[in-house]
Amino acid sequence: MISDYIPVIGLEIHCELSTNSKVFCTCSAEFGGDRNTRCCPVCCGMPGTLPIINQTAVEYAVRAGYALNCGINKFSVFDRKNYFYPDLPKAYQISELNFPIVLAGEVPIEYEENGEKKKKSIRINHIHLEEDAGKLVHDDLNGVSLCDYNRCGVPLIEIVTEPDMRSPEEARKLVETIALQLQYAGVSDCKMEEGSIRADVNVSLMRKDATEFGTRAEIKNVNSLKSIYRTIEYEIKRQAQILDRGGEVVQETRRFDANKGETKAMRSKEDAHDYKYFPDPDILQVNFTDEDLERIKASLPEMPAQRRERYLSMGIPEKEAMVIVNDKVISDFFEDCMKVYNNPKSLVNFINGEIMRRINLGEIDKDAPKYTAAQVAHLVEMSETDKVSKNDAKTIFREMAEKGGDPEEIAKREGMIIVVDTTRVHEVIDAVFAANPGPVEQYKNGDKKVFGFIMGLCNKELRGSATPKVVKEELEKRLAAL
Amino acid sequence: MSMDLTVKQLRDGLDSREFSAREITQSYLDRIEKIDGQLESYITVTGEKALAAADKAQQRIDAGESAPLTGIPMAIKDNICTEGVLTTCASRMLENFVPPYNATVMDRLEAQDTVLLGKVSMDEFAMGGSTQTSAFKKTKNPFDLTRVPGGSSGGSAAAVSADLCGAALGSDTGGSIRQPASFCGVTGLKPTYGRVSRYGLVAFASSFDQIGPIARSAEDCGIILNAIAGYDYHDGTASKLPVEDYTAKLGMDMKGKKIAYVSEFFGEGVDDEVRNSVLAAIDSYKAMGAQVVECSMPSLKYAIAAYYLIASAEASSNLARYDGIKYGHRSEVEGSYNDLVIASRSEGFGDEVKRRILLGNYALSSGYYDAYYGKAMGLRQRIREEYAGIFEKCDLIITPTAPSVAYGINENIHDPRKMYQADFCTVTVNIASLPAISTTCGYNADGMPIGMSIVGNMWKEADIIGAADAFEKTFVRRSAAL
Repeated sequence: MISDYIPVIGLEIHCELSTNSKVFCTCSAEFGGDRNTRCCPVCCGMPGTLPIINQTAVEYAVRAGYALNCGINKFSVFDRKNYFYPDLPKAYQISELNFPIVLAGEVPIEYEENGEKKKKSIRINHIHLEEDAGKLVHDDLNGVSLCDYNRCGVPLIEIVTEPDMRSPEEARKLVETIALQLQYAGVSDCKMEEGSIRADVNVSLMRKDATEFGTRAEIKNVNSLKSIYRTIEYEIKRQAQILDRGGEVVQETRRFDANKGETKAMRSKEDAHDYKYFPDPDILQVNFTDEDLERIKASLPEMPAQRRERYLSMGIPEKEAMVIVNDKVISDFFEDCMKVYNNPKSLVNFINGEIMRRINLGEIDKDAPKYTAAQVAHLVEMSETDKVSKNDAKTIFREMAEKGGDPEEIAKREGMIIVVDTTRVHEVIDAVFAANPGPVEQYKNGDKKVFGFIMGLCNKELRGSATPKVVKEELEKRLAAL
Repeated sequence: MSMDLTVKQLRDGLDSREFSAREITQSYLDRIEKIDGQLESYITVTGEKALAAADKAQQRIDAGESAPLTGIPMAIKDNICTEGVLTTCASRMLENFVPPYNATVMDRLEAQDTVLLGKVSMDEFAMGGSTQTSAFKKTKNPFDLTRVPGGSSGGSAAAVSADLCGAALGSDTGGSIRQPASFCGVTGLKPTYGRVSRYGLVAFASSFDQIGPIARSAEDCGIILNAIAGYDYHDGTASKLPVEDYTAKLGMDMKGKKIAYVSEFFGEGVDDEVRNSVLAAIDSYKAMGAQVVECSMPSLKYAIAAYYLIASAEASSNLARYDGIKYGHRSEVEGSYNDLVIASRSEGFGDEVKRRILLGNYALSSGYYDAYYGKAMGLRQRIREEYAGIFEKCDLIITPTAPSVAYGINENIHDPRKMYQADFCTVTVNIASLPAISTTCGYNADGMPIGMSIVGNMWKEADIIGAADAFEKTFVRRSAAL
C-alpha cells in the first residue's frame, strides 16, 4: 500500500539563463531562430577553437545563488563532462563538478495539502553553471536525424536539491518557487514551454519505520510542472507495487512518457556513463573578491517576499497581493500601472478581475498584450473618477485587449464619457416626480424601498450626463426636502 | 640566389631592394618543387596565394612601411588553422578540413603581410617525436635523409634547415618545437604558456600546447615572437601581461649570469657525444663570464609518466570531437550513431593517436582517476616547485634538448616506451609552463646536429633569446647536406 511508504524526492533543476549571448562564445542565446544560424566555430566545436567565459552568465549564476539563499563559492572550476552524443559537438559538456559556483542553501516553500496550509524548507546542495547541448531533429520520412546547434552553449544552471521533498505537491511547489525567484532575480525567464526550465527527478520510497532511504530511480528531463507532478505520482505507485510484492527497486535512469503518463527504463546503473570529468584546461578558475560579491548581491532586484510586504503595506489584501506577486509579468505590469495612476486597490481589482479573467480564457497573450500599462491605468482612473461607468470600462477594455487603442478615444467614439449636468439632473428629477406621484408619496410615507425604483427611472433618463453617484445625492436631497 | 638567409637578412635584402618579395617567394617555391619530393616536409604548398601575398607585401615595402616580417616567406605547421587553406594535422581524420577561420597567430602574421608558403608536416595531431606518424608526409632529416627530422614539428624544422622557407611556426606540447629544431640543426623557441594565443591551434594537450617559431637563429625567433605574442580575447589562457621586445637582449652580456647545471638531465640515457657537447657549451658561457650553479631536480624521473598521463588525458577529451558528424573523415559504414562514430574514428586516426586516446581515457576513468590523473597533477605541482627553487638561485638552466641526435627512420617507432622516454629533457618545461629555446651547440661524429636547451623563468623569453644569441655569435653552424 502506498500509505505504508514515505516518498523521498530530490530534484536537479536545469534552468537556462537569460543572457544575451552564449556562455562560451558571443553567439545569441535567444530561443529559436532558423536552424544553425545562432552558432559559430566555438559553439560548434571546430578544431582549434577555445571557450571564453561570459562574465554575465557567471554573475547571473551568482545572482541565482543569492535569490535561492545559497552561499557563493569564491573559487570555482569548470570541468569537462565527456560523452558522445550528436547534439554535443565537442563530445564534452563544460560543467562544474567539484567546485561549483554556488554552495548549499535553503528555499522556503508554502503550499496547501488536504486544505491545510504548510510551510517547509528544502535544502539546496549546490548550483553549478554549464552549457546546454544542441537539439536533434528527427526526419522520420527520410530516416535521418539532423543536428541543430543553436542551443549549444546556451548558459544553464543546474540546481541540485537534497532529497527533502516528501510529496509531488512539495516538488511542484519547489519548482514553482524557484522559477519565481529566478524570474524576479532577472536571471531566467523560466519558460517551461521553451525548455528553459526542466528537471531530473529522483524518487525513492522508504517504509515508515525505516531509517535509511530506499533505492532511487532517476527520471530524466521532465519538462513541465504537470509532468513533474505526474512523474512522481507514477513512480510512487510503481515502486510501491514492486515493494509490496517483496521486490527490489532497481537503481536506474528512466524517462517520462507524457502521453501515457508512465516512466520507462532507459539504462541501468551498470550502463551508467563514466563521464571522466576533469578540470577544463581551457578555462581559468573563476575567483570572486568580497567586493565583486557585494556588488552582485546589491544588483539583485526586489524579490517576491519584499514585494509582497510592500503590497500589504499599500493596503492590498493578502490574497490579492499574492495573486499579483506570484506572476512576475503581472506584477511588473501592476508596477507600471502604479507609475501612471497611484491607486493600488482599484488597479489590483481591475487586474485580478478583468485582466486575469481574459488571460485565463486565453484571450490575452500576457507576454505581448495589445494594450500598455499606461492605457490600463488611465482606464481605471476614468472609471474611478466616474468619467466612464464601471460597465463601460469593461467594454472599453475588451476592445483594448482585442484590437488595442486609447481608452479615452474609445470612450469618446462610443459616447461613453459622462459629463455631469446638474441643471439637467434637476429637470429629470422634477419630471420623474411629476410622472410618478404614487411612488414619491410612498417614499414620503416611510417606504424607503421605492428609492431604487425612482433612481432607476432617473438614471435611465440621465445616461451620459450624470453619474449614479450624483443622481443618488441629488435625489436624496430632493426627497428629504419634500 | 643563396637561400640560407635569416629573417633578419631577408628583411635587409627586401628593404634594400636586393630582391623583391615575389623573387624570394618564387625562389623558395622553386626549391620546394626541386627538393621537397625527397624531404617531404610540405603537406600543402600555397604557391599562388604566396605570390599574391608577396605582391601585396611588396607594395608595403615600396611604400616604406614594412613591418619586421613583411614579405618574409614562412611555413606553418599543419595544426595551425589557416582560413581557406587545408589544415590536416597530418591525419586522415582531417584530410579535407579547410577551416573557415584563422588562428590568432595567422591573423598577426597576416597583419605584417608575411607570406604563407604552405603547411608543413608533423606527427599526427602532434603526437610523436619523429614526424613518422604523419598520415601524409613522413618528413626526412635534411642532414641525413635516412634519419628522422624529429617531431612533432618535424616539417617546420626540416623546411627551415633545408632552406625551404625563411622561418616556420611549430607547436610544442612536450618538446615538439625544440627537439626537431635540435635534430635539424636550427633554433626553436617554446614560449611561456599563455604568451602566444592558442586560438586556432588544433588542441593536443591544452594545458601544455604552445605555438612558437623555428628559425635559423635566436634573433629570428625573437623577431617572430614579437609578431605573434600577446593577449588575445579568444584564448582565456592567454596572458594579459604586456609583451616586451624579445630582441632587446640579443648578444646578452653573460657576466655574472647564473646558469643552473641540473645533473639529472645529463645522467643515464644521454649519449656521450650529446653530453659532452652541451657541457662544452656551458663552458663557453663560463668563458663569457657566467657562473655555473649545480642544482637538482629529484622529480625528473617521474616527469615522463606525469606528462604522458596528463597530456593523454587532455588529448582523449580534445580529440573526442572528431566523430565524423560535423567535419573530417566520415566512414561509409551503415548503422547506428555509435557504429558511425566508431568506424569513423577507427579509420581516421593512426595507431599512435589511438594509443594516447586509450591511455588518456584509462587515466580519467572512475576508479583510476586518483591513481593516475590525480597523482600526475600532484607531480606537476612538485616539478613546478622544483623549478621555482632553481630560479631562486639561477637565471637560466641549460640542458640537452634530446638525449641523442636524430635517429634512423623507424628505429624507435615500434617501441613507444623508448620513444616516450626520449622526451625527458623537454617535457618538464611544458609541465612547468616555462619558456625554453633550443639552439645547435655541436655535431656528432656523423655530422648530425646536437641541440642544447636554455630554459628561463616565466615570461623571460627575452633573456633566453639573448643568451642563445650570445652563444650563436660564437658558434659556426653547418648547413644541411640537402
